[in-house]
Amino acid sequence: MAKRYAEFILRNKITTVILSLVWIMAMAVGAQYLTFTNDYRVFFGDDNPQLVAFENLQDTYSKNDNVMFVLVPEDNQVFTRDTLIAVAWLTERAWETPYSTRVESLSNYQNTSAEGDDLLVEDLAYEPENLNKADLLRIREIALNEPVLVNRLVSPRAHVTGVNITIELPGIDQTVENPQVITFVRALKAEFMQTFPAIDVKLTGITMMNQAFPEASQYDMSTLFPLMLLLFMVVLYFWVRGFAGTITTFFVIIFSIMGAMGMAGWLGIALTPPSFSAVMIIPTMAIADSVHVLMNYIQARQKGEAREASMIDSIRINLQPVFLTSITTAIGFMSMNFSDAPPFRDLGNIVAMGVMVAFVLSVTFLPAAMMLMPGRQQVKETASNRMMQNLAEFVIRRRGKLLVGMGLASILLISFIPKNELNDDFVKYFSERIEFRRDADFASANLSGLYLVDYSLESGIDGGVSDPEFQQNVENFANWYRDQAEVIHVNVITDTFKRLNKSMHGDDPAWYRLPEERELAAQYLLLYEMSLPYGLDLNNQLNIDKSATRMTVMLYNMTTKTVLALEKRAQQWLRDNSPVSMQKEGASPTIMFSNIGERNIKSMLLGTTVALVLISIILIFALKSIKIGMLSLIPNLIPAALAFGAWGIAVGQIGLALSVVTGMTLGIVVDDTVHFLSKYLRARREKGLDAQDAVRYAFNTVGLALVVTSMVLIAGFTVLTFSAFALNSNMAFMTAVTIVFAIVADFLLLPPLLMALDGKDKDND
Amino acid sequence: MIKIVTFMVVMLTIPGLSQAQTAAEKGLEIAQAAKAYDKGFTDFTADMVMTLKNKSGDTSTRVIRMHTLEVENDGDKTLSVFDQPADVKGTKMLTYTHGLEPDDQWLYLPALKKVKRISSRNKSGPFMGSTFAFEDLGSQEVEKYTYLYLRDEACAEWTCFVVERYPAYKHSGYTRQVVWIDREGYRLVKSEFYDRKKSLLKTLVASDFQQFLGHYWRPGKMNMVNHQNGKSTLLEWKNYQFKTGLTERDFRSQSLKRIQ
Repeated sequence: MAKRYAEFILRNKITTVILSLVWIMAMAVGAQYLTFTNDYRVFFGDDNPQLVAFENLQDTYSKNDNVMFVLVPEDNQVFTRDTLIAVAWLTERAWETPYSTRVESLSNYQNTSAEGDDLLVEDLAYEPENLNKADLLRIREIALNEPVLVNRLVSPRAHVTGVNITIELPGIDQTVENPQVITFVRALKAEFMQTFPAIDVKLTGITMMNQAFPEASQYDMSTLFPLMLLLFMVVLYFWVRGFAGTITTFFVIIFSIMGAMGMAGWLGIALTPPSFSAVMIIPTMAIADSVHVLMNYIQARQKGEAREASMIDSIRINLQPVFLTSITTAIGFMSMNFSDAPPFRDLGNIVAMGVMVAFVLSVTFLPAAMMLMPGRQQVKETASNRMMQNLAEFVIRRRGKLLVGMGLASILLISFIPKNELNDDFVKYFSERIEFRRDADFASANLSGLYLVDYSLESGIDGGVSDPEFQQNVENFANWYRDQAEVIHVNVITDTFKRLNKSMHGDDPAWYRLPEERELAAQYLLLYEMSLPYGLDLNNQLNIDKSATRMTVMLYNMTTKTVLALEKRAQQWLRDNSPVSMQKEGASPTIMFSNIGERNIKSMLLGTTVALVLISIILIFALKSIKIGMLSLIPNLIPAALAFGAWGIAVGQIGLALSVVTGMTLGIVVDDTVHFLSKYLRARREKGLDAQDAVRYAFNTVGLALVVTSMVLIAGFTVLTFSAFALNSNMAFMTAVTIVFAIVADFLLLPPLLMALDGKDKDND
Repeated sequence: MIKIVTFMVVMLTIPGLSQAQTAAEKGLEIAQAAKAYDKGFTDFTADMVMTLKNKSGDTSTRVIRMHTLEVENDGDKTLSVFDQPADVKGTKMLTYTHGLEPDDQWLYLPALKKVKRISSRNKSGPFMGSTFAFEDLGSQEVEKYTYLYLRDEACAEWTCFVVERYPAYKHSGYTRQVVWIDREGYRLVKSEFYDRKKSLLKTLVASDFQQFLGHYWRPGKMNMVNHQNGKSTLLEWKNYQFKTGLTERDFRSQSLKRIQ
């Protein structure tokens, strides 16, 4: 049947090529609907409990998205007239930021002070151009003693200061809204640096991080993608040994990407750095099919057969295995649909589509186009093929020792898997080549961090935030947090109450303490709220019936493990020291990212199992042997296990990126096994060879193709390890390692296994 | 020489004369007419129920009694007595509103048993955590804004002047407001508030207007929606009473303590 199919394709070469092009174009048109998402929330499914908790908190208070201008004066002095003029200038202009709802800085901090029986509420640095030395000293004194400001808007050493803009995107189309903010703040930064050349500016904040996602992808696209294509072309030209094969394969690759990305557009998938890495993974996958078809074609030509006959024969023997490997690869990638992080589901689906497009093209477009191109007359046998024969002989001779040696080595490596622990660091998702990462690192080291944990502390009664007992509990909790080494800053409402109490008592420092009566506290609050300006209200800290308050803990940049451990201690503290109403888990992007690794590993465990079962069933049917099908489990599973063992020795930390690797590599690794086994079984069944000769046959026919495809895969994923996005580079590195182990297992472990277990009986056919 | 100057002055004045009235003049005229229409109410009291609503749909209520005294050639004086929530019951706020100067404001806190003068340039912050700012509730003085008449337009059951106005007060939270004022009773039917980045921040819709003393219109309901954070506040006005006999003496900071 495969032969008749091949003949049919070659009879209708031109039609095939044209129809392929039409099909690809129809899919590729969908690419116009592709957008790059710039919202960290895409990493979380709609029903992710940490996301839901955080959204609730934001709906109760206000959104946390922000842009932080970190100002670094050349003279390291924040409290000079020049710097404060610059801060005031920036604060004023920052209000024009699209979708901004709040701008906070040293200059517009609403300071309260007493003047006789008057309560003064005004900007800390009002009209800074008129400030004299004494004013500057006073402002410095106030600011550096104000817990709301220190370590949030000014460093304790007073060498850097921040202007924080809270952003509340309408969320109708974040791909449009976020860049509007970014464009504005970058222009503002440029204008600022021109106006105040003695002050350096860094930009950090969640909104900046959101924009770093598409920028990381664009970085990869402009640097890694061309490198990858070039590399593949060189490798192909070397192995396929011909211009025709190289160029046709190039088109297969490009068309597969176009088709898959186009389909992604039709399906309305929004691109993220992980899903966009499909552009770099698809070529790696697509190339394998073409290589298999071309290798056998060349081998036939080497034996002196005619071009068309060679191609027909190649398709005849490759149609089923190439189809099988494509299906299993697609299933492996589709196992990512079990992931808790939607970008990986998208990645899996896009690559799966790309793989299937590549399959169709390599058995339609590729042979047809090859025949239309001018071909070389004769190709000499290469030294590499003799290498394969030597390898086959080595494996057959040493099969016993190999089996024992490989087995022991595997057990040893696998025993290191438990050394892996769950850990991640989401700012480090971005490489230092991305400006956001550098700025965020600077901010974390000098002023304030991106790692926040928000608590909505509930009193359980209307107006309960003014209750002295509740306030005491809140303050104790805040103070407990301030004692923890991981904490930069705690923003808590009780500091405001203490300051108000002091100001209402003639600024007497002895009154810097919590009000003793509920009514008094409530009335202070009423008075204070009445005198605050637009955008500096307390709605971000109090809910509307004033029964709950938000406390924000800012942490140094740290790993998810540390965050979760800290939050666990905080929960313990709450259980031991506070009423039940206050015992709520922290919510924030930091908490979300800290949990997603573990959630994802659990969900991917199921996904990988499903993929494994499906792939094994397919193999059993395709190979028409339960025994061989079951046997294939060993070389299919061992590579990932070995890779994780090696990772346990070398790195030992697993995060979001690595949780999807086993599922996706399973599909790739299976290919080698399928090709090897299908050739082995063909030899056993069609040619009636015994196990040893069948192994020899398999090495000769498919060994070289496996080496080539594996090298291509390893090279492709190695390029991806240079991604500006750590999720991609870690995933790619692990995949490359897994593929190395796979080819070793297929050459050194699978054949000895076959000879040991399949050699004796003759159950086949 | 004098002839030339006279000629130039005439030439420069003619376009202005010939166009009858610019949009700015018409806007100002409408604001003056509205102020004039409301003139002479002397004083009024009313109860206000404020219902706050956040994005998740939670609500919270405040109850305030308002007393307003009309002041010639300056902003009105208002005295607000807070009844709810319970922990601020008895708190009183006295405000002398001004056009372009910061308002004078005193608060009596029963828990502290003291009157405190609040010195602040701010009147743009939320009033009791609501979506109303103090400046949205203060009296409508003509000099608080510059104006630009836009068009006439149907609004609710009336025809409205649509006027754009720009705050003259430096510390206003807005850059621009668009107001719909009905042509007959000068009812402020709808207002749109634009923030410092010039985007729409809030919309206020007033309804259930009642006429008092056969002349003065007051809304029964005012609903203010903040479009940027999804919060809203409904003000319901009850027990309007006009010409209740309030005098200057009832609006003194010294007497704030004893007023009920």
